[in-house]
Amino acid sequence: MSDKNNGKKRQKKLTCRVDFTPMVDMNMLLITFFMLCTSLSKPQTMEISMPSNDKNITDQDRSKVKASQAITLLLAENDRVFYYTGLPNYKDPKSLKESSYHADGIRKFLLSHNIEATAKVEQLKLDKQNKKITEEQYSQKLNEIKGGKDTPTVIIKAMGTASYKNLVDALDEMQICNIGKYVIDNITPEDKAFIKSFEKVSGSSQKSAN
Amino acid sequence: MGRAQIKKKDIFIDMTAMSDVTVLLLTFFMLTSTFVKKEPVEITTPASVSEIKIPEKNILSILVDPHGKVFMSLSQRDDMTAVLQSMGQAYGITFTPKEIKKFAAAPTFGVPIRSMKQFLNLPDNQQDAVLKDQGIPTDSVDNQFKSWVRLAHAQNPDLRIAIKADSKTPYSVIKKVMNSLQDLKENRYNLITSLKTASDEKNKK
Repeated sequence: MSDKNNGKKRQKKLTCRVDFTPMVDMNMLLITFFMLCTSLSKPQTMEISMPSNDKNITDQDRSKVKASQAITLLLAENDRVFYYTGLPNYKDPKSLKESSYHADGIRKFLLSHNIEATAKVEQLKLDKQNKKITEEQYSQKLNEIKGGKDTPTVIIKAMGTASYKNLVDALDEMQICNIGKYVIDNITPEDKAFIKSFEKVSGSSQKSAN
Repeated sequence: MGRAQIKKKDIFIDMTAMSDVTVLLLTFFMLTSTFVKKEPVEITTPASVSEIKIPEKNILSILVDPHGKVFMSLSQRDDMTAVLQSMGQAYGITFTPKEIKKFAAAPTFGVPIRSMKQFLNLPDNQQDAVLKDQGIPTDSVDNQFKSWVRLAHAQNPDLRIAIKADSKTPYSVIKKVMNSLQDLKENRYNLITSLKTASDEKNKK
């Protein structure tokens, strides 16, 4: 008798346990599916606004760029980048400089032309970190600094052979160097000839050095 | 007998906790992730420091592959049907309801409008293979890309344009796309990039 009772009790204990193994199997399968078919991070974007090519705009509406504050970047093939300041002096190939996308290349040059604004932005970022100003005030002031009078204006001219990555890198530098005024422009044949004459000069100087 | 029963009980592992964990993970993945859209060509976007996220709704994305082929996708299904119909009207092609339904189901489109009807009547598995070699014409003689953008914008005025191009694409191709957008007075748009990591910076140095 006692033996039978014992057996019954044990059986009851067994039935109240549910086996979760299939459930776990199924869940693992679903997790694998989700991990493979979805992406966790949303892609980043960069907002740009291009100048309108409306011909009705009068010269008054156009903001003239002061020659002393203009920097022109020329993006060429094979990740090469050239720059000149102010108005181009096509006759003197030495006014064109070659640089690179490295941190100590074009970035160093742009930052050195934008010291004031960079210092202001750094201060602003500190203020935001210490919660002295709100997010709204921050973005408003950031725009003010970037659009300030003494900040340089950068004109980006890409050659057809430059890659899309070069363009994005150049736009990236604008953001890093806190330059608010920049424009993407079409490259002119003069600019192309400028690069060619520069290459001739630098090539011959290298030869003479050798 | 008694001994054997005890042994059987020992093998039984309690999976309740394990199941709790997996359900938790599953919920996390379901809530945080977004589905990957199938794209006809593989595109590696260039890295940038920009941290602006792209909105999910009202997006017209333009895919540009390294060889200059252009594909488009719209985030809203009902926009797609309307745009196809107006595009058909503009080019004098009428689509059957079945074809329109098939068009709306596709994640990306990018065939010249004249071969659109033929393309939509292909079986699904062949469509993918064909789409890879097609692309929307962007040349100045027959700029269908421009018409697509114009009609899509007329259909949904809140539409934002996002360009997703491969990092190796030559600028001349991008310029063609940008010029078309400029002609349409679409002067504000987004460039899709991926986040630059610290290791990317180091590699550059």
